[in-house]
Amino acid sequence: MSPPVEDILRVMPELIFCGFGVLLMLLQPFLRERNGMAFLALCGAGLGTLASIFPLVNAGSAFGELIRADGFSGFFHLLVGLVAFLVILASAPYLERERLAPAEFYALVLFATAGMGVLASAQELLTAFIGLEMSSISSYVLAGYRRESLKAGESAMKYFLLGSFATAFFLYGIALVYGATGTTRLSQMSAADPGGILLRLGLALILIGLGFKVAAAPFQVWTPDVYEGAPTPVTALFSAGPKAAAFALLLRIFSTVPAANEFWFWAFWILAALTMFVGNLGALVQTNVKRMLAYSSIAHAGYILVAFCAVAFTRGDDERLTAGVAAVLYYLLAYALVKLGAFTVVSHLGGAGEKRLDLNDYAGLGQRQPVAAAALSLYLLSLLGLPVTAGFLGKFYIFKAAIHSNLIWLAVLMAINSVIGAYYYLRLIVIMYMRDSQPGVDRIPFPASVNLVLMITAFGTIYFGLFPNFLIGFTSHPGFILGR
Amino acid sequence: MTAQLIIFFVLAGLAVIGAVSLIFQRHPIHSALSLIVVMVALAGLYLLLGAEFVAAVQIIVYGGAIMVLFVLVIMLLNAGVEERTNFSKLAATAGIPLAVALTAFLAATIAKSGPVTTGVRPGSVASTQGLATMLFREFVYPFELTSFLILVAILGALVLAQREKGS
Repeated sequence: MSPPVEDILRVMPELIFCGFGVLLMLLQPFLRERNGMAFLALCGAGLGTLASIFPLVNAGSAFGELIRADGFSGFFHLLVGLVAFLVILASAPYLERERLAPAEFYALVLFATAGMGVLASAQELLTAFIGLEMSSISSYVLAGYRRESLKAGESAMKYFLLGSFATAFFLYGIALVYGATGTTRLSQMSAADPGGILLRLGLALILIGLGFKVAAAPFQVWTPDVYEGAPTPVTALFSAGPKAAAFALLLRIFSTVPAANEFWFWAFWILAALTMFVGNLGALVQTNVKRMLAYSSIAHAGYILVAFCAVAFTRGDDERLTAGVAAVLYYLLAYALVKLGAFTVVSHLGGAGEKRLDLNDYAGLGQRQPVAAAALSLYLLSLLGLPVTAGFLGKFYIFKAAIHSNLIWLAVLMAINSVIGAYYYLRLIVIMYMRDSQPGVDRIPFPASVNLVLMITAFGTIYFGLFPNFLIGFTSHPGFILGR
Repeated sequence: MTAQLIIFFVLAGLAVIGAVSLIFQRHPIHSALSLIVVMVALAGLYLLLGAEFVAAVQIIVYGGAIMVLFVLVIMLLNAGVEERTNFSKLAATAGIPLAVALTAFLAATIAKSGPVTTGVRPGSVASTQGLATMLFREFVYPFELTSFLILVAILGALVLAQREKGS
């Protein structure tokens, strides 16, 4: 009994990612050329991304409703595929500079991407768990890829231990939910009694497990250390890919299981407020650029959780629900582009062994390397939320969703946090343009592939900042999540 | 029924005693040996539910392979008796009431929810045949994905453990 062709087409992106991962491993002994491997990996990421278009035109379930390929999962497939493509593009010169083996690196990136794809389209908790583990285990290894570096070892070890702990929470949550409802399928859970305490406990544990993956406070302690120690292209991947996929699953769970709605409003409220403050206040005191961006990514997870709060507060109002969901998706895309670009700049300015990560090393960058400084400024301004950039509209849509759902206080807290965030983003820009270079800091030429990544991310940031209608229209299509 | 009930209580008691001993033993080897008791008792409980396959897997994988790994690692590391610090005493004083509270909470919830109408019934899904049907029909996709998951784990172990090549 082989599955029908439609089913295969609906999981095609995962098959391509995994297939090319295996291919890279098989060809590794024969292919000595670094560029050849990078090309192969890029083909895998690109083809997988292209294959994600099929579900957009032909939505439906696959494998007995374990997987749902619709606009929602298609969006996330495109997002993680694009992230993988850009990360591979940016990491090729990085791997060469640090003398790291390329084949395994690319294969792990592709496997992680496949896991994220599964996570985004899973309609059943066990499938989601396998996807989560595929992406997590690849991530643990990637974090420790620079084996001679002590910090990388610390990063991988911390990520592995805390990540396994979070996974245990997630699994225990699944077990309790199964005990309460007798099923692990999200679509069948809606029949369960929403007030059941076992169900609530199970969902709370799932929330803790996924809260860890998206780095929501108080489950965020690992983030700065892991982001700092991991190779910077991998940090770019972490901040864009797995986070988006975990948010996708969270959104699926908490919008398809009615039991999950009202009760979770306060949980998301507290998580959002706490995450925003922890991220922004933590970033204020950082002198290491990577750590600063890590804290900033915690803060941005907080902003996204504000939109979650709005989604949980819709009380069955479909219009509000789609507006909230559209805000989350738009923000995730805008944020992924910006973080990818920023970490790519940081990874190449860091120099061999990633020694130059201090804020002071960026002094005079405006004169030394105007293009890199301009690109980094654009990303920082988008993170800050300045008009014309995608970051501004992302924040705007979240504000709108929050105010439509009467979350005035949360919107106020978010505004306060945006102001706090402005301080450290602008500080870096001021250092780049207003201070003179430190002696002995050389110009670091950027390879063509890195420039390409910067061009794509910068173009995307401005394009979606100016013309958001296509994306918003696409993501706010009614029933985007529930597939009605 | 009564015979089953007696066997259940004996096995459940053994499992709980093993688990408690696992925590209170001060030498890691003793803890590992206590864990074997828990695993075997759980296997007996699975048999009681009519899940022969799960019981066999429990013995072979958990009782066998994983425990051997545990014991081997403990011996490789030459781990001695655990040290008691102020913090570990604090953890014990705070942890025991919390564990009792969690147990009471779960027990109360289960007692309140009345007779189990959903979930696993003996001999339905858990039997070898039922399990095979589930695994290769309904859940064939996650099952196949698991093979990639294991591949990732192997690749990861290789990457992290391989000897530095002179480059």
